Amino acid sequence: MLSLKNLSKRFGGVVAVDRVDLDVAAGEVHALIGPNGAGKTTLIHQISGSLGCDSGEIRFLEKDITRLPAHERVRAGLARSYQITSIFRRFSVLDNLALAVQARSGSSFSFWKPVAKETALFDEARAIASQIGLSEKTESVAATLAHGEQRALEVGLALATRPKLVLLDEPMAGMGPEDSQRMIALISRIRAEVAVLLVEHDMDAVFRLADRISVMVNGRLIATGPPEKIRMNAEVRKAYLGDELAA
Amino acid sequence: MLLEQSLNSLQFGLMLFLLAAGLTLVFGIMDMINLAHGSLYMIGAYLMASFVQATGSFWVALPLALAATALVGAALEVTLLRKLYERDHLTQVLATFAVILIANEVVRLIWGNQSLMLNAPAGLTGPVELPGGVQYASYRLAIIGVGTAVAVLLYFLVTKTRVGMLVRAGASNREMAVAMGVNIRRLFTAVFALGAALCALAGAMLGPILAVQVGMGENILILAFVVIVIGGIGSIRGAFVGSLLVGLVDTMGRALLPIAFAKMFSPQVASNLGPALSSILIYVLMAAVLFLRPQGLFPARG
Amino acid sequence: MNKVLTIALPAGIAIVFPLVMHALDQQFYTSFATRILIYAMAAASLNLVLGYGGMVSFGHAAFFGAGAYIVGILAVEGVSSLWIAWPAAIVVAAAAALVIGALSLRTRGVYFIMITLAFAQMMYYVFVSMKAYGGDDGLSMPARSTGLGVSLSNDFVWYYLVLVLLMIILYLLHRLLRSRFGRVIEAIRENETRATAVGYPVYRYKLLCFVISGAIAGLAGALIANQTSYVGPALLHWVQSGTLMIMVILGGVGRFWGGPVGAVVLLALEELFSGTPLLGDYSLHWQLPVGVILLAVVLFAPQGIAGAFSQKSQ
Repeated sequence: MLSLKNLSKRFGGVVAVDRVDLDVAAGEVHALIGPNGAGKTTLIHQISGSLGCDSGEIRFLEKDITRLPAHERVRAGLARSYQITSIFRRFSVLDNLALAVQARSGSSFSFWKPVAKETALFDEARAIASQIGLSEKTESVAATLAHGEQRALEVGLALATRPKLVLLDEPMAGMGPEDSQRMIALISRIRAEVAVLLVEHDMDAVFRLADRISVMVNGRLIATGPPEKIRMNAEVRKAYLGDELAA
Repeated sequence: MLLEQSLNSLQFGLMLFLLAAGLTLVFGIMDMINLAHGSLYMIGAYLMASFVQATGSFWVALPLALAATALVGAALEVTLLRKLYERDHLTQVLATFAVILIANEVVRLIWGNQSLMLNAPAGLTGPVELPGGVQYASYRLAIIGVGTAVAVLLYFLVTKTRVGMLVRAGASNREMAVAMGVNIRRLFTAVFALGAALCALAGAMLGPILAVQVGMGENILILAFVVIVIGGIGSIRGAFVGSLLVGLVDTMGRALLPIAFAKMFSPQVASNLGPALSSILIYVLMAAVLFLRPQGLFPARG
Repeated sequence: MNKVLTIALPAGIAIVFPLVMHALDQQFYTSFATRILIYAMAAASLNLVLGYGGMVSFGHAAFFGAGAYIVGILAVEGVSSLWIAWPAAIVVAAAAALVIGALSLRTRGVYFIMITLAFAQMMYYVFVSMKAYGGDDGLSMPARSTGLGVSLSNDFVWYYLVLVLLMIILYLLHRLLRSRFGRVIEAIRENETRATAVGYPVYRYKLLCFVISGAIAGLAGALIANQTSYVGPALLHWVQSGTLMIMVILGGVGRFWGGPVGAVVLLALEELFSGTPLLGDYSLHWQLPVGVILLAVVLFAPQGIAGAFSQKSQ
C-alpha cells in the first residue's frame, strides 16, 4: 500500500533520514520504533508531505506521491495524527470531526448555505465520535478535554478523512495506563478498515498491536520484521531495547 | 554627479542604519514589533532642536539630546513595552501604534504644530571640494563620518565585548541566554535605551536636512522595517548591509530613473512614472528578498 | 428573542436616525452618520480577513483607497454613473487584493504583516505620483455618482442608500460566515497545520477570503469618495490601515459586529474629543485620548485580541 524507497532528508550537515526503505501492506499495523532523535517524526513528515525529500521516492496505492502537496495526499487516503496534539481547540468535538468530514464530502467553496443544516455531515461526525469513544463529549469544546481525550480526538480527526492508511505519531504520548489501554483498544478496532504506520515508545502497545516492527536508529532503518524476530535481534537490543526486554 | 549621488546614498544609508540597528535588536532579542521606534527618532530631533536653542551650541546639545531620548526610551520600556514581550505580534503592532498617536500629540502639545528649525553647526554650513572638483555639503560629509564611526563602534560593541556577546546570544536564542543566567530584564532595558539613543542621533543629525515635524517618524520607520526584513531580523550586520542597500537603491533610483525614463519615454510619462517607480523600488527589493531568502540576507537566528 | 434584538435595535436606530436629526435641525449629524456607516463597511471587510481569517493585513487601506480613486478618476473623466463606477471600484480592488494576496500569502507571521504593509505603500506612492489625478493634493469630484434617478447630493437620500448597502453587505457576510467556506476559514485561523492535514488546500481559501475582503473594502472606498466628493492619497496611507485595525480591535476582532461597532466607537470618540468644550483649546489633540483608550483596550481587554490569536504569529 505504502512504499518508501531510498528516502533521505538532511538539514544542513545533519542527516535526519538516511536512505530508508520501508513498506506498509494493506490491513497491517506496522510499528516504527527507535530512540529519540532517530528521525521517526521527520520520516512521518516526509510521508505526509510537510517536509520534502532530498532523495528517494514515496509510492502510495501504486502512485508516486513524492511531489504531491500535503492536502492532496490526504485526499488520496493518507492521513496522520500529530505527536503534539493539533486540534481545533476552540471548536467543539463534533465541529472538529465535522470539519474533517466536510473536507472530503463535496466542495467547501460554498458561500450561502449554512453548514448547520447539513445533517449528514454531523451524523457521520457523531459516528466517528463514538468510534473513538467520545460520544459523551461531542458538545464539549476541544480545549476542555482531558489529555487522553484530546489524543483520541487527534486520532479521530485522521480517521474522519476516511483514509486507507493512517500515520499515528506517538498517539500514546503523555498518557497514563488507563488512557493507553483505551488507545490500544481504539487502534485494534480500526485496523480492520485502515492500515496503520504507528510510531510509538510504549513497548507494551507496540508488541501487542504490531504485525511488523521497523527499528530506526540515527536515521537508518536497522531492522524490520515480525515482533518476535525484532525482540531477538541483537543489534536492536543493543541499540534500543536493552537487555531488560528478555523474551 | 554620480559621486554626489553615491555620497548621498551613503549618508542616507548610514542614518537609516542607526534606526534599523536599534529596531532589529529589539525585534531579534525581544521578538517585539515596535512601531514607536520612529517616535523616538522624532523625539530625538525635537529635543535636539530645543537643546540647541537653549544652549546655543550644536555639539553641546547633541549629547544632551541623546541622553534625554535614551531616558525616554528606557522609561517607555520599563512602563509599557515590557508588558508586550509575551503578547502576540498583532497586540504589539496595535499597542505601539497607540504609542505613536500619543507621542505625536504630546509633541504637538509641547512644541506646537509648526515644524522646528534645526540648523547645521557653524563651521559645517559650507561646501567642501571633493576630488574631481565637485562641491559637496560639508555637513553631509560630517554625517557620513559620524555614521561610519558609530557603525564601527557598534560592531566592536557587539562582536568584541561581553555585553555584545550577551546581546548576540539573546538575539539567536533567548531561552538559552536566560538559562545562562543573563539578567534579561536589565539587558532588554539597556538594549532599548541604546536603540533610543541611536534614533536620537539620527534624528538630530538629519534635522538640518529634513524637516523636524510631527509625523517624521512614520515615514522613516517603514524604511527601517524594510531594511531589517532585507537584512535579517536580529542581525546588526544585516541591518548595516540592508541600510546601505536601501539607501543606494532609493537615492540612486530617485536620481537616475527619471533621467533614464526621460530618455526612453515622453516627458509626461517620465514625470508620472519616474517618481512612482523609484518610490516603490525598495519595496520591490524587499518583496524579492522575502521570496528568495525569507530569513533575510544575514539571519541571526540559527 | 435576543437575536432579534441585536439586529432590530441597531437597525431601528439607524433607520430612524436621520429623521430625528432632520426634526432637530441637526442635518450635519446625518452626514456624519453616513461616514460611520461607510467605515463600518470597511472595518467589517477587514474583520473578515483579520478576525475570522486570522490574517493580520496591515495594508487594507490600499483596497479602500483604490476603490475610492477609481470612482474619482472615472468621475473626472466624465463617467459618473454608479452602475459603471462602483462595480469598477469593486473589481479593481478585488484584482489588487488578488495580486497582493497571491504574493503575500506565501509568507506568514510578521513577514506577512510587513509585506502587506509594503504593498500598500507601493500603491500609495503610485497614486501620489499620478499628477494628472491630483498627486499629493488629491482629486475633487464634480458631484456624487448618478444613475439612480434621485439626486445623491441630497444627504438624506445618500444616507439611506449607504445604509441599505451596508445592510446587504452585512447580511452577505453573515451567510458567508455560517457557510462551509466560513467554517473552513475559521478552522484555518484556528489551526492551519491541522486544516491542511485534514485535506483543505489552505492557500486557496485564504486567498479567496482576502479577495472578498478587498472587494468589500473597494465598495466602501467608492462610497467614501462620494461622501466627500474628494479622494486623496491619505486614504491609502498605512496610518489609514492602522485606523481600520483600531476599529476592528475596539469593536471586537472576530466578533460579527466588531467592524461596525468599532467604527461607531472610534468615529464617535474622534468627534467627541475634537468637538467638545470638554477639552477646550486642546480639542485638536483628540488623537491623544484615542491613543490612550486604544492602549488600554489592547493591554487590559485581552479577550478580544488574545481570544482570536491564541499563539504568537510565527
